[in-house]
Amino acid sequence: MNDILEYQDTQTIREILLSARTIAIVGLSSNVLRPSHFVGFYLQRHGYRIVPVNPREKEVLGEKSYAALSEIPFPVDVVDVFRASNAVPPIADEAVQIGARALWMQYYVISNEGAAIARNGGLHVVMDRCMKVEHARHMGRMHWLGFNTGVITARRLKISNQ
Amino acid sequence: MANSNPPQADDLHQFGFDTRAIHAGQRPDPYTGARAVPIFQTTSYVFEDADSAAAYFNLQEYGNTYSRIMNPTVAVFEERVASLEGGAGAVGFASGLAAQAASFFTMLRPGDHVVASKALYGGTITQLKHLFGKLSVDHTFIDPDDIANWKNALRDNTKAFFGETIGNPGGNILDIEAVANIAHAHNLPLIIDSTFATPYLCRPMEWGADIVVHSATKFIGGHGTSIGGVVTEAGTFNWSNGRFPGVADPSAAYHGLAFHETFGVYGYLMKLRAESLRDLGGAMSPFNAFLFLLGLETLPLRMERHVKNTLEIAQFLENHPMVERVKYSGLESSPYASLAKKYLPRGAGAVFSFDLKGGRGAGKNFIEALNLWSHLANVGDAKSLVIHPASTTHRQLNDAELAGAGITPGTIRLSVGLENAEDLIWDLERGLRASAVRESSRIYANDKINEKISED
Ligand SMILES: Cc1ncc(COP(=O)(O)O)c(C=O)c1O
Repeated sequence: MNDILEYQDTQTIREILLSARTIAIVGLSSNVLRPSHFVGFYLQRHGYRIVPVNPREKEVLGEKSYAALSEIPFPVDVVDVFRASNAVPPIADEAVQIGARALWMQYYVISNEGAAIARNGGLHVVMDRCMKVEHARHMGRMHWLGFNTGVITARRLKISNQ
Repeated sequence: MANSNPPQADDLHQFGFDTRAIHAGQRPDPYTGARAVPIFQTTSYVFEDADSAAAYFNLQEYGNTYSRIMNPTVAVFEERVASLEGGAGAVGFASGLAAQAASFFTMLRPGDHVVASKALYGGTITQLKHLFGKLSVDHTFIDPDDIANWKNALRDNTKAFFGETIGNPGGNILDIEAVANIAHAHNLPLIIDSTFATPYLCRPMEWGADIVVHSATKFIGGHGTSIGGVVTEAGTFNWSNGRFPGVADPSAAYHGLAFHETFGVYGYLMKLRAESLRDLGGAMSPFNAFLFLLGLETLPLRMERHVKNTLEIAQFLENHPMVERVKYSGLESSPYASLAKKYLPRGAGAVFSFDLKGGRGAGKNFIEALNLWSHLANVGDAKSLVIHPASTTHRQLNDAELAGAGITPGTIRLSVGLENAEDLIWDLERGLRASAVRESSRIYANDKINEKISED
């Protein structure tokens, strides 16, 4: 449990969300009812470039799908993982090799081994957190639906944040 | 990584309860800078474009569509309650009973069974017995004090435990931690009605409760102006454990969406809002949300005074010759004193009952001699409230039936307000004196004659 909290640090999460431009989503599905599609759709809507990594898909959300991270011909900032926990370590290896700057594991994707590989390779690591939810919490509109964002501020919200 | 917008130093600061009671949920309005929470008295919202509209309705983006489902003023209230309780989020409702009904509705199916304390608000007992009975949801009411009863009432189809932090009318304090442990050992959630405690006095999620419901009508508002309710959920219960297809399976009412898988921690709350609130329709009005927010701002200060006055009054009554018994768990003499110390260290709430010596007539005369206490059926107002169950809410019951409900003919229930305690005690003295006088004449009198005397 403490291991997971170590990979859920608010500052790290904010830094990743603020600086990332290109996000490779491993396991992104074209099925609009899959959680990965919800997240890909949302992140794309909020201006990130989405790169599907899924050998079973040709194209998702209008973007060409790659069979593996190593096949992506341009730099990737974040590797966001929607795969079984035991599939994470080789993905983490690849994330290090392609020079990604963060490894992000979605809800229920929990791999201390994968996290250690990524950390040793110099990547930021987030585990058992949803990239969509964290974006919505810190810079989106999650507070419009009564969720507890944890944000306490007396500052006037910028219109661009809406 | 590049740090384009360095987080502020206080990002890691944990804000205290009183600060959150004032600020949580509100970000000052980006368009006007309004410092107060604006009342968005609107039914609906103009979409930016067709794609956004579709994304909102598909729940792919957080957006406003229609105020039966969400409203920006209500959302501030919801997030504030979630913050104070420690929940993942909250959903507001038109009343406490609407909130409870929806919290059950979201997880239960026909054929399911609920184990509930029998020391509950009467409306809750009726809701479980009759409304959910009609929907083929079965229930067992148990004496909540004996922990073994919770376990013994379990069946294969039991899907929830339900209890109140501070029970009614005996002031039973629920051993939340023990009951939560049994619930979780059997893969079911514990739902707590914490109306009488408010998050200032007790936060049931810290002891393992999964869902906390409130009638905001009472102390959360604190002004006796508005009916409302709220459900908050911890987000930690595993709804995908195979026992809750209503939450985990693809939803026919939402084109096949699997809420728990898709929204994780927020799955139950999303379903509560996007289905139960949408389809049952008991939405909180934005104006009421605004009034509840005014209430929440002063919740810590008010509750402090409520419990201070209550303890003083309970001690006064305990030492009065006309009083048979005081059932306030904040008193050392209470059988719940140790549970109260554990779960309600700041005070055991502001609602309790006591038994007058003498019967129904004494109770009636007591009430009629009062000047400052309002005789009505509610609790949790800034004003002090009083009711005599045997001559009002429980009038139809004979003495034996009253005893079954934990009420004697002389039971009086108080909801202690924020007036000067000396004034409240001064008034109670007058009532007690009146009840004593009438009591001696009761040898010859029945209720009717008593009524006549007091009219004369
Ligand atoms: C403990 C408790 N729960 C629930 C309710 C129901 O709340 P409402 O009247 O807001 O529907 C009440 C109201 O009396 C109550 O006292």
